[in-house]
Amino acid sequence: MEFLNELKYSKDHEWIKVEGNKAYIGITDFAQHSLGDIVFVELPEEGAELNAGDTIASIESVKSASDVYMPIGGTIIEVNTKLEDAPQLINEAPYENYIVVIEMTDSEEIENLLDVESYKSICEEEE
Amino acid sequence: MKRTPLYELHKEFGGRMVDFAGWEMPIQYTSIIKEHQAVRTNAGIFDVSHMGEALVEGSEAQNFINRIITNDITRIRDGQIIYSPMCNEKGGVVDDVIIYKYNDQKFLIVLNASNTKKDVEWLLMNTFDGVGVTDISSEYSQLAIQGPKAQEILQRHTEYDLSSLKFFRFIDDFMLGGIKCLISRTGYTGEDGFEVYTSPKDAANLWNKIMSKDASEQDVPMPAGLGARDTLRMEAALPLYGHELNDDITPLEAGISNFVKLSKPDFIGRDKLITISKSGLKRELTGFVMEDRGIPRAGYKVYSLDGEQIGVVTSGGYSPSTSQNIGMAIVKKGWNTDSEYCIQIRGKLLKASVVKLPFYRKSYKK
Repeated sequence: MEFLNELKYSKDHEWIKVEGNKAYIGITDFAQHSLGDIVFVELPEEGAELNAGDTIASIESVKSASDVYMPIGGTIIEVNTKLEDAPQLINEAPYENYIVVIEMTDSEEIENLLDVESYKSICEEEE
Repeated sequence: MKRTPLYELHKEFGGRMVDFAGWEMPIQYTSIIKEHQAVRTNAGIFDVSHMGEALVEGSEAQNFINRIITNDITRIRDGQIIYSPMCNEKGGVVDDVIIYKYNDQKFLIVLNASNTKKDVEWLLMNTFDGVGVTDISSEYSQLAIQGPKAQEILQRHTEYDLSSLKFFRFIDDFMLGGIKCLISRTGYTGEDGFEVYTSPKDAANLWNKIMSKDASEQDVPMPAGLGARDTLRMEAALPLYGHELNDDITPLEAGISNFVKLSKPDFIGRDKLITISKSGLKRELTGFVMEDRGIPRAGYKVYSLDGEQIGVVTSGGYSPSTSQNIGMAIVKKGWNTDSEYCIQIRGKLLKASVVKLPFYRKSYKK
């Protein structure tokens, strides 16, 4: 199970990479592994303004569907359209294939996110 | 939950266990898609020990069988197998089964795991003089080895020329890898393959035998779980009880009318099926492929292009062999001969094209 030290995490298994006022958001190795083969990703519209906790995307595996939530508030400035034709990229390289890029509403919300050690503990508890 | 004798092997091979009909079974080991593709291109091995088995014996056994099934048992000979729905008085399906004919006085019926108890009760309720029914599910474990390489792989473990065991035929007291079993050329995947029944105490040994490699052998089957079993059968448009079939759906509506022989002497459900057949079907099973992006699932509603609800999806999902999102739906007959309708997926009406079944062509050995 892969965990990257330099990323931030949410308790819902999203990873967040902050660059200036932008944040890249995807799902973790733990999440893609639990889902199994991902066969469909429903992406949001660019320009959508969402709060922390709102649903960004829906990911469907062969046997189930799972929602991806905004870990912090922001405006969607880019969606990863590669995932429309190749949803399995998330299984193959979960940290290299972000789902959305957002412009953060309030960068202080990053303080609410988990560091890698706290996230690892959550994963251990769930197993 | 109940466990088959292969439980430890499932864990050893990385099986992700789920509750299926009260049994703890592997939904996948590595990836549903990889396991599916292994069956289509090479071979997969499934633990299907959760299936039920009933023995029907007696001087009236054949008459009994012909009374409870819609297909005609008199069409098959000793050593052959028949597939049939079993109907209730309303013509709805109690279960779909396969029946192995030993001789006119001895038959083995294989029952869906989810219906075993119900089926045995149904059989017992309908017996008459000259026929005895026994639930022998606990005496059998079962492995299914499916795929184009299945025969080649199993051939290593027997002197018998497996190419002479034809489709829908079986041999009992067969020795496979030195283990006694019942072997049939049957399956639920749309590929060539075999189902092997053995005593529970021999099941794990049999799995290990089939999975054993020596230096020269390249191929052994890939362990495949219930997830792949479902995607495979869906592509082959094989019905799944609880989806395409249930107590309220007749085999005529479910697309399996070729297994219903209305000209047979009386059988349970015959009168109702004849009435329905004469007055015309009100609904029918159709196959579809999504045109708009979205994954159809069982229970989702089907709408005509005009927005009228016309039916419901019975099975749906991603098809690894065709790389499309496919499904089957029971819809109102005569609604419109459009070749398109819509599936309601998460509040949106998404377009689908109606296609002929199956989605994937079977390649059975003859």
